[in-house]
Amino acid sequence: MEFFRIKKDYPFMRHALVFNVISLLTFLLAVFFLATRGLHLSVEFTGGTVLEVTYAEAQPLEPLREALAADGYTDTLVQNFGSARDIMIRLPNKEGADSNGLAERVMGTLQKASTQPPELRRVEFVGPQVGKELASDGAMALLLVIFGIVIYLAMRFEWRLGVATIIANLHDVVIILGFFAFFQWEFSLAVLAATLAVLGYSVNESVVVFDRVRETFRKKRNMSTPEVLNHAITSTISRTVITHGSTQMMVLSMLLFGGETLHYFAMALTIGICFGIYSSVLVASPLAMWLGISREQFVKVKKEKEEAVV
Amino acid sequence: MNRYPLWKNLLIGLILLWGLIYTLPNFYGEVPAVQVSSAKATVKLDPAAATDRVANALREAGIDNQGIFSDATSVRARFAGTDEQIRAKDAIERALNPDPQDPGYVVALNLLPASPSWLTAIHALPMYLGLDLRGGVHFLLQVDMPGALAKRLDSLSGDLRTVLRDKNVRHAGINREGESVHIRFRSEAERDAARSAIQASTADLQLTNRDDGAGDFRLVATLTPQALQTMRDFAIKQNIGTLHNRINELGVAEPVIQQQGAERIVVQLPGVQDVAKAKDILGRTATLEVRMVDDTPGALEQAMAGNVPFGTELYTERGGLPLLVKKQVVLTGDRLTDAQPGFDGQTHEPAVHLTLDAAGARIFRDLTRENVGKRMAILLIEKGKGEVVTAPVIRTEIGGGRVQISGRMSTTEATDVALLLRAGSLAAPMEIIEERTVGPSLGADNISKGFHSTLWGFIAIAVFMCIYYALFGVVSTIALAANLLLLVALLSLLQATLTLPGIAAMALTLGMAIDANVLINERIREELRNGSSPQAAIAAGYDRAFGTILDSNVTSLIAGIALLVFGSGPVRGFAVVHCLGLLTSMFSAILVSRMLINVIYGRRRKIDKLSIGQVWKPGN
Repeated sequence: MEFFRIKKDYPFMRHALVFNVISLLTFLLAVFFLATRGLHLSVEFTGGTVLEVTYAEAQPLEPLREALAADGYTDTLVQNFGSARDIMIRLPNKEGADSNGLAERVMGTLQKASTQPPELRRVEFVGPQVGKELASDGAMALLLVIFGIVIYLAMRFEWRLGVATIIANLHDVVIILGFFAFFQWEFSLAVLAATLAVLGYSVNESVVVFDRVRETFRKKRNMSTPEVLNHAITSTISRTVITHGSTQMMVLSMLLFGGETLHYFAMALTIGICFGIYSSVLVASPLAMWLGISREQFVKVKKEKEEAVV
Repeated sequence: MNRYPLWKNLLIGLILLWGLIYTLPNFYGEVPAVQVSSAKATVKLDPAAATDRVANALREAGIDNQGIFSDATSVRARFAGTDEQIRAKDAIERALNPDPQDPGYVVALNLLPASPSWLTAIHALPMYLGLDLRGGVHFLLQVDMPGALAKRLDSLSGDLRTVLRDKNVRHAGINREGESVHIRFRSEAERDAARSAIQASTADLQLTNRDDGAGDFRLVATLTPQALQTMRDFAIKQNIGTLHNRINELGVAEPVIQQQGAERIVVQLPGVQDVAKAKDILGRTATLEVRMVDDTPGALEQAMAGNVPFGTELYTERGGLPLLVKKQVVLTGDRLTDAQPGFDGQTHEPAVHLTLDAAGARIFRDLTRENVGKRMAILLIEKGKGEVVTAPVIRTEIGGGRVQISGRMSTTEATDVALLLRAGSLAAPMEIIEERTVGPSLGADNISKGFHSTLWGFIAIAVFMCIYYALFGVVSTIALAANLLLLVALLSLLQATLTLPGIAAMALTLGMAIDANVLINERIREELRNGSSPQAAIAAGYDRAFGTILDSNVTSLIAGIALLVFGSGPVRGFAVVHCLGLLTSMFSAILVSRMLINVIYGRRRKIDKLSIGQVWKPGN
């Protein structure tokens, strides 16, 4: 079985401008949604209390909301979590309010509100000081990844490829965030981890392509830069699609069997993988071309090496 | 040409065997057990003796056990079922703690791995599950350092007052203002005198002059950076010690109490569901009290007969002797700044050295002067219940705030008393800033969800690889399985905490690890397409793919390490597994698969065709 029966290199670079314009548009759209709607941050970032309760049979939400409001809990969020029997209640932190024993008091309210007894599955309370730290730690992690990868690629390949790669992959990250902002999916710590893992993962793609670019520059002296890029992308496209397909199978399995806790984690990975194929191949390569990579940058390195050996 | 030397094959084989052995304990599951550990800092558990007592208790109650194990701090007995476990707990509880009001041991229900003892002997243990997988309570406590600093400065102000009075230096007032202490003087000469007096008495203070207009000379005292650091370390250590003592009472089998960062303490109580009780115990305050012993002849006998004289209380001294103590409190633990074990200067007996603050020292001097020859009692009051830590005889007047407790103490006892005196109360108030409770049913659900995601994902990839790449796909699948095996073995060996994000990372890492084999297989196909011979194609495929695999794993590793460094909680759980998985995948995808391919094809001189699926050539 062979999925890709390619007779000659496909001229990807002829459409470079089109790809970049599409990317720019999606990117701007993502930024627009991030700016206007913002992320629906989980309790880990905002601080507050989350309770997860389960009932023996489906439980309507409205009586619970009314009971909570009657007992003086404002700004509460009551929603189903996975099934009609599982319910998640989110309460914000309040200035001066006693957060200790809050979960027990809420459980008392819930007990009165329904004929069937709720079973407490999970409580999570996060104080206000923790959230800010998490946000700044997340930003620091992102910065470290960006600089680490650019420096590594600059050392192994060429700074132009490093910069092109990181721009292409940051564009993936922004698009993932854009999706989360548009659909108002909950952005939790696990999603942040998935986002950064995607950053590392889709850099793989660019690395594989650029590895080929370097090899082709050295081997085939009569090819122009766009031709080299076309050749590199064409000869790795089979591997790119198969690898992403395999990873996506794993992620799909998480999406199907992982339950509500892993749902958004797997969702972030799915978006990341889909856009990863596109951006690392069709955004990073044109960017590298605009930045002006040429044969001399790669061949020169090789000559130095030979001298060193002799 | 495609052969590994014997040592390389052996090495890979040994590593895989090692992986298999350390993965094994995860398959045995867990059996119910009862764990016995010491409930008090002052009662040390002697493993050998405790093992005998537990064995006797079980024999008398007629309960069969499946082995009793002990380590330095605890004794554990395994049982066939939960019925035996609960009956055994009651039997052991009765035998070891004759007085339920004053338990000397914590007897807790626990789960122990059911793996055979030869595995336990080589430290092959199952993976350590996080709270989200086993259920329990997690707290993150913030130690109130500004509060601790204020407390320290307040007691320092008192000390400074005493120092200045002793040296006859006049001052116009000592006040704490924010993070410093201000001393006002009327003349510059007085200030200079004060400065030298203070510098002679303590090295913990930094002094600066400040003049606020005419006639207002000030000396501003702040703690030196070293003193500040010592204070912080001390506050954290003392709070952790106190928490340990308190949590012992909850009867939790394996509590985790650790410092996190400079000012935080993590408390994890697996299996605990009663959050309200846990919080109550964590937040409790214990105090130290010094009171006088009532030595009136006959009073003790009267009290023993059930007629306790007015204004006194009956206590039992450590060692079992009854003691009648006056209710009036002379000194409280607030005045105690430190307690250290040591030795008596003259007799070289083990002793505990206490340091009191200035006000405490004054009270203590007066007390001892008036009561030479009498006995005083040092009590630890917790939950409104007192315990006599020690009741020494006062030999001479004690001034200067340095008190020594000695007599009839072993070195261990001295250390324990010092710890108890220090740990009796919290050095600084704490606040719960993060709390997570996971019910046991959710934990079990999470395990099965994580397991099923990984399983079905793995099967899907395996089926695809075997169809698409034929024999090479089978080899890739075996390499992927080896990767999983090594990853689980590594996690079991390191006893790194496995959480649900960790299982997700395991699944994701497997999904990403197949990339290496896809790269290799595609490269081999390409070499074949370009007309290489099968043996040359294998060699070139592995060689050329290696650089790419290395580059892509290093970039992933950079992301993983960033998460490890800056992540906390669930993110760190993810990052640990992710990073380890990248390392094991490099090994298995390249070396294990190559070894298998070499074994299959390497020895044949002439191969017509590689079983790598269809290789389509443009010309055909």
